[in-house]
Amino acid sequence: MSKDQYIIEKNENKYEVIIGLEVHAQVLSESKLFSTSATKFGSEPNTQVSLVDAAFPGMLPVINEFCIRQAVKTGIGLNAIINKKSIFDRKNYFYADLPQGYQISQYKDPIVGEGTVVLDLPSGPKTIGIERLHLEQDAGKSIHDVDPGSTLVDLNRSGVALMEIVSKPDLRSPEEVNLYIKKLRSIMRYLGTCDGNMQEGSLRADVNVSVRKLGSDKLGTRCEIKNVNSIKFMQMAIEYEANRQVELLEEGNVVDQETRLFDTKKNQTRSMRSKEDAHDYRYFPDPDLLPLVFDNQFIENIKKEIPELPDQKKNRFIEKFKLSPYEATILVSDLDTSKFFEKVIEKSDVKLSANWITGELFALLNENNLEINESPISPENLSKLINLISDGTISGKIAKTIFEIMSKEDKDPNIIVDEKGLKQESDPKALEDLIQKVLSSNKDKVNEYKSGKDKLFGFFVGQVMKESKGKGNPQIINKILKEKLNG
Amino acid sequence: MTNLIDLTLSDLVKKIKSKEISSKEITSVYIERSNKSKKLNTYVEQTFDEAIKNSEKFDNNPNFNKKLSGIPLAVKDLFCTKNVKTTAGSKILENFVPTYEATVTQNLWNEGAILLGKLNCDEFAMGSSNETSYFGNVISPIDDNLVPGGSSGGSASALAAKLTPATIGTDTGGSIRQPASFTGTVGLKPTYGSCSRYGIVAFASSLDQAGPMTRDVKDCALMLEVISSFDPKDSTSINFKRPNYFSDLNKNIKGKKIGIPKEYRVDGMPTEIENLWEKGKTYLKDCGAEIIDISLPHTNYALPAYYIVAPAEASSNLARYDGVKYGFRADGENLIDMYEKTRSLGFGDEVKRRIMIGTYVLSSGYYDAYYLKAQKVRKLIKNDFDKVFNKVDAILTPSTPSSAFKIGDKTNDPVSMYLNDIFTVPVNLAGLPGISIPAGLDKNNYPLGLQIIGKPFDEQVILDIAFSMEEKINFKLKTNDWWIK
Repeated sequence: MSKDQYIIEKNENKYEVIIGLEVHAQVLSESKLFSTSATKFGSEPNTQVSLVDAAFPGMLPVINEFCIRQAVKTGIGLNAIINKKSIFDRKNYFYADLPQGYQISQYKDPIVGEGTVVLDLPSGPKTIGIERLHLEQDAGKSIHDVDPGSTLVDLNRSGVALMEIVSKPDLRSPEEVNLYIKKLRSIMRYLGTCDGNMQEGSLRADVNVSVRKLGSDKLGTRCEIKNVNSIKFMQMAIEYEANRQVELLEEGNVVDQETRLFDTKKNQTRSMRSKEDAHDYRYFPDPDLLPLVFDNQFIENIKKEIPELPDQKKNRFIEKFKLSPYEATILVSDLDTSKFFEKVIEKSDVKLSANWITGELFALLNENNLEINESPISPENLSKLINLISDGTISGKIAKTIFEIMSKEDKDPNIIVDEKGLKQESDPKALEDLIQKVLSSNKDKVNEYKSGKDKLFGFFVGQVMKESKGKGNPQIINKILKEKLNG
Repeated sequence: MTNLIDLTLSDLVKKIKSKEISSKEITSVYIERSNKSKKLNTYVEQTFDEAIKNSEKFDNNPNFNKKLSGIPLAVKDLFCTKNVKTTAGSKILENFVPTYEATVTQNLWNEGAILLGKLNCDEFAMGSSNETSYFGNVISPIDDNLVPGGSSGGSASALAAKLTPATIGTDTGGSIRQPASFTGTVGLKPTYGSCSRYGIVAFASSLDQAGPMTRDVKDCALMLEVISSFDPKDSTSINFKRPNYFSDLNKNIKGKKIGIPKEYRVDGMPTEIENLWEKGKTYLKDCGAEIIDISLPHTNYALPAYYIVAPAEASSNLARYDGVKYGFRADGENLIDMYEKTRSLGFGDEVKRRIMIGTYVLSSGYYDAYYLKAQKVRKLIKNDFDKVFNKVDAILTPSTPSSAFKIGDKTNDPVSMYLNDIFTVPVNLAGLPGISIPAGLDKNNYPLGLQIIGKPFDEQVILDIAFSMEEKINFKLKTNDWWIK
């Protein structure tokens, strides 16, 4: 049993958890899937609604080719089969925020077929299967808490293009779900096909959870937890749901196949509707839209636009820059981080840059809850700081002081060094004077050292650094001290 | 000089262009006659004041380079017309005023035509007698107890009664050709994709096509030339080189091969129709065409397939009429209750019947047996036509299995009503062009029509054939204006 494995134990029975995700990713596009309305988040209600989005009589959908390209691009990023013929179907149901009375989606013939996503687990890579990716329209939004007497409807989101990315039931723990969502988001952000912003609802997921006794190869009955919009909630929902199912089984009951909701206040899932109450969506091909057909050339042209993706970039970092897989994984996981890193290493030492970014900079960002593109220190200035270390102008210790100053005001570190007089003292003559002074005033300690108390060497280094006000070059100090004491 | 009202559309255009008559003059004549003809119940909405203003505007600054310069026209109330009430013959859209214009009607106005008003039709174009309209049934000018056919019954009646010089309808299963046949007028359903569906209240999206309804074939060619256009706003619109149907119209059909499908000789068809069909063959031979017996073996399955596909699409297309956004809304205890009350009160029986059929055939467990099977049948019907079109240029059939029936005769027997469409429905299922032209009268002096079916995008060929036959048939529609008080 690997240490990554997530197991629920109850009455000496061990259960593993089987998880599959249906991720709804909003296509990054200026306009909607079948209309020319804008898709900007946070606009005034009902200001981005065309006659098509509001389903006026006689209005017809027209495919937005850009959204098709985005879906194909994403498919390529997921190493998936691109279907040259796909069909838009109508999924029929009534709801106040669904103006047409049906959602245009893809049912039997999606635009993208099977693919894969590779997760970097501590124990090594794990491949998660992708079942399919299909395009569909988003619905509008029902607002129940503004007017006490009625429900208000905002159709700004109605018709916005979504990619539903369905995984195979290959995930086995909340942590794998975390890594999967992050990897998916990372790939789509590299591709520019989804901004992955979960707060704005650009990325949400339905989570399918089942449990089975460890060692069994038969899938248990699953429950679907609808529309969870943060990784944390997904993890909490899975933990709650998996334990609930184990309890049921251990009590000799069965798990009912049903759709559940995650209550973020109680941190519990609760039943929404049973299998028997499931909607009959009466899917059929949308007669307003012809089958979507494109040729190899279309796909080849899109392939040319695919940038270096996280896995490729990681391998390059490892091979070219000799970074550890761990460092490389961290640096490529987010597109902006990798861009920041590549900017810094344009002019600076790779290893030092990796250390400073994953160390000091990440700590700073975490502390202030900032994204890397909000970093108070620009890549240019960080690069300069690293170069000051590399060329011996400052010590690593001084660098940390300067870094702290830079975090408050993004200033050229060279200027800070000059202003504060922090330049490292590397002149052997000047340092020798300081050392002589320290040795003279600590004659008893010198004798102790010479009689075998080696540990005192550190004491002398410290004293010299103190005398130099921290600016002495430690390498040179070490060298001279050794000569003086051992000579 | 002939009465102005008796002029065909193309003659009227000539007279306006030669300044013999003004737009206001002719518009006023049609308005006056329409006002005297309320008994027929053809209009749902009249825009007479606006029409007079527009005709004056035209006369003050006439542009004679248009195809329909200064011509007043009334159109079926299934076309959305900007700022003019559009009801689709339904209570649920009783007060609906679109802020946009259908592409085909826009094409009319772009060519100088002026809107007279909106014409009655079966509710959401579902019907073959114009008896399902929320605004009451339409009466045929042929006889006071006769239906004009449907669903473009208001259009056919208004055209035959000379309340408009020409009109347009929509045809999902025969809704242009059957009423044209019943009223002694010409009606053409174009190839699917020829006329844009943008702004037409949808019934069955894969079958709906707009088309002209006119007094003669020449007018039909002119109207088709105006309304047919490629429209990027309709994904099923087809970008093909559209001929100049009107100026290219000719009577030379020498050597054309015309197929006579044996399956259209149905049981119980009146001998008058049989005779008319024979006469049609003779006329065609006289024009130098060759008659070839053909077989369309799956014809029998067309009607059942149609009554699965069309209601299935309709059940989904009509889901948007839910009381939330526009149109009629009944108050309810909650959302579901509001839906139920709105749709129960807002839709008529025939519409509800089709929504229920459509919902049923799409439900899980029934989808394969009905909808999917019907789609396969549809493919077979299309294949039948494709095969015979390797041998023939066009097909001649009766338009309907009977002449117009009496008001109320079939309202309690939907299946017998549906059977009226057996000759027209296969054409929609296969997406082909078809034209109905008046061919004679039955023993009651009710008009009967013949249908010419063409290859996809071969409207010019069927218009030419119709044009040749029209001359031989020399049909004269006689109404004694009995409805004018």
